Amino acid sequence: MIKQWFKSGEPWVWLNAAAVSANLILVVGLLALVAVRGLGHFWPAQVVEYGYKDKDGVATTIVGELVDTVVLSAQQAKDANYEILAGKDSLVQQLIKSGNRDTTGMDFRWIEQQRITGESYPVEILVVERREWGNFYGRLVAVKEQGKIIASGEQAWPVAEEKLQAALKLFDEIDTMQRKEVGAINYALERLRLKQKRLQLQNQWNDNTRQELAKQEADYQASYQKLQGELAKLNEKLALDSLVVKEASGQEVEIPFAKTVRIYKPNAMSVFAKIGHYGSKLIEFVSDDPREANTEGGIFPAIFGTVMMVMVMAVIVTPLGVVAAVYMREYAKQGFLTRLIRIAVNNLAGVPSIVYGVFGLGFFVYILGGNIDRLFFPESLPAPVFGTPGLLWSSLTLALLTLPVVIVSTEEGLSRIPKAIREGSLALGATKAETLWRTVLPMASPAIMTGLILAVARAAGEVAPLMLVGVVKLAPTLPLDGNFPYMHFDRKFMHLGFHIYDVGFQSPNVEAARPLVYATSLLLVLVIIGLNMSAISIRNHLREKYRALDN
Amino acid sequence: MTTEPTRTHAIDMSSIGRDMQKNNLENEETCIEVKNLNLFYGAKQALFGVNMKMPKKKVTAYIGPSGCGKSTLLRCINRMNDLVDDVKIDGEILLDGANIYAKSVNVADLRRRVGMVFQKPNPFPKTIYENVAYGLRIQGINEKRILDEVVEKSLRGAALWDEMKDRLQDNALGMSGGQQQRLVIARAIAIEPEVILLDEPASALDPISTLKIEELINELKESYTIVIVTHNMQQAARVSDYTAFMYMGELIEFGNTNELFTNPTKKQTEDYITGRYG
Repeated sequence: MIKQWFKSGEPWVWLNAAAVSANLILVVGLLALVAVRGLGHFWPAQVVEYGYKDKDGVATTIVGELVDTVVLSAQQAKDANYEILAGKDSLVQQLIKSGNRDTTGMDFRWIEQQRITGESYPVEILVVERREWGNFYGRLVAVKEQGKIIASGEQAWPVAEEKLQAALKLFDEIDTMQRKEVGAINYALERLRLKQKRLQLQNQWNDNTRQELAKQEADYQASYQKLQGELAKLNEKLALDSLVVKEASGQEVEIPFAKTVRIYKPNAMSVFAKIGHYGSKLIEFVSDDPREANTEGGIFPAIFGTVMMVMVMAVIVTPLGVVAAVYMREYAKQGFLTRLIRIAVNNLAGVPSIVYGVFGLGFFVYILGGNIDRLFFPESLPAPVFGTPGLLWSSLTLALLTLPVVIVSTEEGLSRIPKAIREGSLALGATKAETLWRTVLPMASPAIMTGLILAVARAAGEVAPLMLVGVVKLAPTLPLDGNFPYMHFDRKFMHLGFHIYDVGFQSPNVEAARPLVYATSLLLVLVIIGLNMSAISIRNHLREKYRALDN
Repeated sequence: MTTEPTRTHAIDMSSIGRDMQKNNLENEETCIEVKNLNLFYGAKQALFGVNMKMPKKKVTAYIGPSGCGKSTLLRCINRMNDLVDDVKIDGEILLDGANIYAKSVNVADLRRRVGMVFQKPNPFPKTIYENVAYGLRIQGINEKRILDEVVEKSLRGAALWDEMKDRLQDNALGMSGGQQQRLVIARAIAIEPEVILLDEPASALDPISTLKIEELINELKESYTIVIVTHNMQQAARVSDYTAFMYMGELIEFGNTNELFTNPTKKQTEDYITGRYG
């Protein structure tokens, strides 16, 4: 009976199905974990107010968000030198995000549940999200304008919200001005300085050029001064107003609106208000610059850097891989040497990526970049332009890393083009090259795209080599901006993968960073999926167009 | 299907009837002359000292059992064998008196003069229009007016225009096998070659499509020298003016089709056409 069952092949079907299900469960589970941990972070949590009596019997009030709970058994607690109060058989510890780093010195603290004497969720608790020092938890006391209280008590809240909107608008204005206009002037001044050095190096630094440059510089300086004046005025205006907030300990703290991003009362928010808040946090996360050592704000530069680096890599690796594959498959005489090259290419795919990073740093950055600097940018030496890690070198290094994948799949695609098609083209008087360009390569394009998809998936997730050849923790400017020549291949950039590492393991504030690790991971996966999806849809389109192979 | 045998019969009779009148190879103007051609695939010799003169604007058929070298000989005429690794050819093939294996010959130019249609239809995965225009585009002709004209003329030449004139922008792979084969012929005549080589052009087709191809060959020989390889002796008898019988890489007998089939001079030929082997 059993033998019969085995013979029928049914067990294999079950086994295969089980393997597929296991894989699916793993993938879904992974994504679910990352999504829940990461996305939960943006939800405005209830703020609890605990009455607390610490070990020494001093009563305090603790206000904050409950982040984590850990249960220790009696034995474990004893071993760790915790005291268990009578009547408890375990020790429950809670991690509270209590904020107020400026006044208490820490914004996360562990408390013991057994010492909590009272628990409430007062609706008037205010959370102030600040640009520095993290969140502030407290009660709104008053709103000040130019140092004078203009509203207090009940009236303070609407006034505060209004003032904040105005302040945010002002802040945006200042920020844009600083980035765009001041940035452009600085950039122009820097180019002017380089131009002067170049002229000096070329021995063309005479009265004419000097006057010309001096005039230009004076123009820039004048507009810079003017901008500075405007900025100073705006900054002054921004600095006028502030919030007065009372901490749980009773201490009153004044927080200028200039340093405030959001104020909200989570305990008083309806579900819809919370959804709105959640949405705005999520948008901020994907579209804003990071703040506070990357533990707050958004990760837009990292998303941008990742996508841009991958795209530049794709632009480099595709022609390189295709040309190599075409030569090996179509032109080279098949023999020992081509076999050797193929083996070498396949083995390249197995070289650890950090080795590519070392190569990229040693060859691309120092040798290639250094020589480019000497030849084309002598005016900026000793400061390097291309002789330092940057976007171009990262893309090149990753192009090298993913080259084998593109070569192998292109070769595969070329070998699948039927001989009849090639002969048909040749018989019409086409040369081999014309046949390749007009018929064979278009028909192999889906295979080339497959290679590219694999390459993109690999490159977007690669971190180790990038740490050597161009990724930084915080890049002040994007590699693409409004200043000529718009694409700045020499700039360093941020990358989601490295951001995860940096936030998770290099951050001064581990607790604050943890949810961001998950959120960033989720985003990295989404970015890779997005890149792949677009490549796959292109491939499917090509397949539809050149479906000759199925006939 | 009942009408089919009579129709093929009709073609058979007419071609034989005409051949009765002027049927001498010596009287024909030579288009392709093969001189002492030997071909080796590596160490194995596939053609042994072939000599023949193929007449202009006539249909020459190669028959013979599988592996006798008839396709190899055909592919020598437009140097398709050059694509095979390890092939060695000596001897000459003269096209209009000039050796196509001479060093100075540009192979692409030669193939423009000697078109070829293969056993299996091999249209490119492009539109019908682009398939026909392919050879012209290769020559750098991209003017729409000229292309339109040539596409129409070629499709008419391949008896495909009426069926396909509204579907020119459809993918050629959506056509039936017989239509694809006629499209491939249209593609070949679009560049106006002197010679068209047909390598078992109907072996992958159904009887009706085969019939259409044969009718087409009859029309095409008005303007082109045609060389056809076929497995099917009836087909050779129906479409060709002259027939060459090959066996084991050697040209056994070459002459007027009617004579070769009715009165072969060599015993091997007789054995083959009477079905004793092959």
